[in-house]
Amino acid sequence: MITHEATLLRDEQETVMAQRLAVVDLSKHYGGVHALRNVSLEVHAGEVLGLVGDNGAGKSTLLKILAGAQPPSGGSILLDGEEVTFPTPHAAKEAGIATVYQDLALAGQRDVVSNFFMGREITSKHPLGRVLGWLDKRAMREHTVRELARLGTRIPDVSLAANDLSGGQRQALAIARAAAWTSKVLLLDEPTSALGVEQQAHVLELIKRVKEEGIAVVFISHQMQDVMAVCDRAVVLRLGKVVKTLGPTELTGENLVGYITGAKLSDDDGLTGQAQGGR
Amino acid sequence: MSLVSEVQPDLAVASEPGRSKWLKDKGRVFRDLWMGGVLLALIVGFGLYTPAFFSRASWLNTSNTALEVLLVAVGETFVICTAGIDLSVGANLGFSAMVGAWVMSHWFTVGPGNDVGIVVVGIVATLVAAGFIGALNGVLVAWGRIPAFVVTLGTLGIATGFGLLLNNGQEISSIPSSIARVGNLNVLAGWIPVPVAIGAAITIFAGFVLAKTRFGAYTLSIGDSTEAVVRSGINEKKHLFKVYLVAGLLAGVAGLVVMGRLGAASPTSGSTDNLNAIAAVVIGGTSLFGGRGTVLGTVFGTGIIAVLLTGLIVVNVPPFWQEVAVGVVLIAAVYIDSLRTNQGRKRALFAR
Repeated sequence: MITHEATLLRDEQETVMAQRLAVVDLSKHYGGVHALRNVSLEVHAGEVLGLVGDNGAGKSTLLKILAGAQPPSGGSILLDGEEVTFPTPHAAKEAGIATVYQDLALAGQRDVVSNFFMGREITSKHPLGRVLGWLDKRAMREHTVRELARLGTRIPDVSLAANDLSGGQRQALAIARAAAWTSKVLLLDEPTSALGVEQQAHVLELIKRVKEEGIAVVFISHQMQDVMAVCDRAVVLRLGKVVKTLGPTELTGENLVGYITGAKLSDDDGLTGQAQGGR
Repeated sequence: MSLVSEVQPDLAVASEPGRSKWLKDKGRVFRDLWMGGVLLALIVGFGLYTPAFFSRASWLNTSNTALEVLLVAVGETFVICTAGIDLSVGANLGFSAMVGAWVMSHWFTVGPGNDVGIVVVGIVATLVAAGFIGALNGVLVAWGRIPAFVVTLGTLGIATGFGLLLNNGQEISSIPSSIARVGNLNVLAGWIPVPVAIGAAITIFAGFVLAKTRFGAYTLSIGDSTEAVVRSGINEKKHLFKVYLVAGLLAGVAGLVVMGRLGAASPTSGSTDNLNAIAAVVIGGTSLFGGRGTVLGTVFGTGIIAVLLTGLIVVNVPPFWQEVAVGVVLIAAVYIDSLRTNQGRKRALFAR
């Protein structure tokens, strides 16, 4: 009991200190269909927040809104305490929110360095080189090697084409790329779903490192093992509503599955508590 | 800590990916060398069959034929690397030359004396006309979202039609004679035509642009995965526009070259260059699906076509066989290339 309260208190303090991304009363409806109803949640710097729920629970809709791919119907998004709107995915990215979708968006025939630097290429310092857009491939290569090593990514050779990497290595490249170019929030859409056991472990390890960099991570997954392994807290969505926010001590398989399926019912406290927590 | 040192990328953890990388690099270099080897074999073969093939006249003929195709093919290389196609470049060549010649013959009185000013205006008019067709392609492909095949098939017709309309289907020959003088001027003991030297400089520059600059990187990445490029925040529409614009401008340069060689502009010149240029690009190993290609490969592809064309004449094969030969080489080159990439794909699948 005391421990539980202590945890809550600590959570409260962290909220005040380093709340990175918060969503308040967010709604989204397509015609008469409500995909999200008054969803409120928050992620702190250096925290991994799990976002779980059955198909159609609203996870992807929430992700798309946070990534600027869709506008919300109502509610607001706060980044570092300030209200923000993302009219385009580019705007979300500029604000410091990076997203890795399931398709990874890698150019398969291009090498790891080209993918890592896509759209942010380093050009030669020489005036003529700058005019021509001459690539400083050496600097790009060194930087890529350094960044991938820092995050513990297991990519043996940065001159390999993305197609020649394993599924786990490709996922790692996409996450490392997103993490390297963002300072605030990283949204991950089922990063472990298509991977083998060992590769899953590598990706989870990578996510932990990203978190240690002080980035707030939102982790969407169907794999309860992975959610328990890597998340600090988890928000359970069902039919577009937050039914439960599971703190570190409550993050068990039984709880996750229970709230996702509705076998465990949300207490009203959970809902109102969320709403109050947001404001 | 130990994890980091364990995965030092340069130490190449697993030997398998290291080896496949070696194979792949080797394969990439081998591809270019192989086409260079075919070109060399053709040259040596024709030369052995008839030493006249090594004559200056034969070389000038070959290099001039090659130049016209090459300039168009270099632009086409960029377009095909984006997974697009430009069918209008040949028609644009004839059209833009006609516009340049029309401007020179209608706005000025062409006669003896200093005609540098007229020539400059003619060159600018040719490039503006060529750039206009290229820009039109770019706008329609990038922002109109119409398939490149359809857009450029349309502009192929439009450019051909306007080229013919400009002088009732006749060529325009009342242009300053200095154009033909420079166009047929050979330097370096008469072995290097001035247009070939200019074309070589443009080609080398383009080769570096594709392989070494941001422009080239975007070109290849768009052809590989437009989605990835868009998500990276790159303005892919603007880039596509530039690529088609460049292809148009290079067709204009080719139009100038042909005008220089003939001393006149003909609306039908360039009409065979389209397919030769696309064949040269594909023979050179550039993927029609985009994402992979080099200008060096295109140079070899163009060389193979040009050597076949002049070589068959030199050895007295009826000229109708030329097109048959180019067609056979085209299909063979793509077939061999597909064998190679299929192998690569299988290897990648097994690695997974």
